Amino acid sequence: MKRLIAPVLIALLAAMPLHAQSRMPAAQWANQQLPDPAQEAEAKELMESLRCLVCQGQSIADSDAEMASDMRALVRERIAAGENPDDIRDWLIQRYGRWITYNPPLDTVTWPLWFLPLILIGAGVWLARGRFRRRKES
Amino acid sequence: MTDEAPMAAPTETPTAKKKHLVLWVPLAFAVIFFGFFAYALYFGTDSPQQRAIESQMVGEQVPEMDLDPAVPGRPGLRTADLATGEPKLLNVFASWCVPCITEAPQLMQLQNAGVTIEAIAIRDRPQDVYGFLQRWGDPFNRIGADPNSQAQLALGSSGVPETFVIDGNGVIVHQHIGEIRPENVPEILNALENAR
Repeated sequence: MKRLIAPVLIALLAAMPLHAQSRMPAAQWANQQLPDPAQEAEAKELMESLRCLVCQGQSIADSDAEMASDMRALVRERIAAGENPDDIRDWLIQRYGRWITYNPPLDTVTWPLWFLPLILIGAGVWLARGRFRRRKES
Repeated sequence: MTDEAPMAAPTETPTAKKKHLVLWVPLAFAVIFFGFFAYALYFGTDSPQQRAIESQMVGEQVPEMDLDPAVPGRPGLRTADLATGEPKLLNVFASWCVPCITEAPQLMQLQNAGVTIEAIAIRDRPQDVYGFLQRWGDPFNRIGADPNSQAQLALGSSGVPETFVIDGNGVIVHQHIGEIRPENVPEILNALENAR
């Protein structure tokens, strides 16, 4: 029985959350929708394309982390103040790098994301065309 | 299809050779593609494995902030307080943050060495900050309260604790992510010296 205690304790410790939680309640606009549905839709679209800083695999719209809720509050407050979603995204990119956005801007590093599929489809069409033509000849 | 069979036998004419090479092109593309992904995943600077997200504000002016005092009797923090001609540390901490306890002795050591340490308390209540400082030591000059992490987001900081080295003009010159361990103290002092 005694031999079991240590592994159980270790398992319990390992199950503790990685990120400590503060004792403060969530910000007002973290989980409350904006009264204007058009603004809320804009905010939602932006929140779904921003990466959570502490959970990393989720958007801030999907995450329960406190930092994500504070980022949602920031997005909603700025949109309510009339700011453009792209400007808010740029403001965050300026601080955290392109890393923060799931919708990376088109630039010298990211162009293959957009154009490589087109180039590959073009190459495929070209290859297939050659094959079809040869078959016809035979 | 059956009467085509004799034609399919490869004859080593130059055109047949060319055709064989063309067949390898898609595989070559696939190898390049997956090589690129593998490289980006394991070695890329923006890879998901790079857990610490560095602030892009290093080299920039401290963003505009005007924070209320986090504990009564101690001044809050404004941008102007970070551009006084003297290099300083800006410590982002919280009473609920366990690694912040680990770095407390190192912050005391830095303060004893004559370093001015300004602080921002993230999502914290005055009584909790007070208790934390009573228990683990109080190396701070000013402590601004950041109840909704807005100053933290403006700094490009993604967790607690983080420490920024700020030069006399209020420009961020260095960011230390995570707790300051004893072996990190020389590097922090060095960054402060270089900011002079």
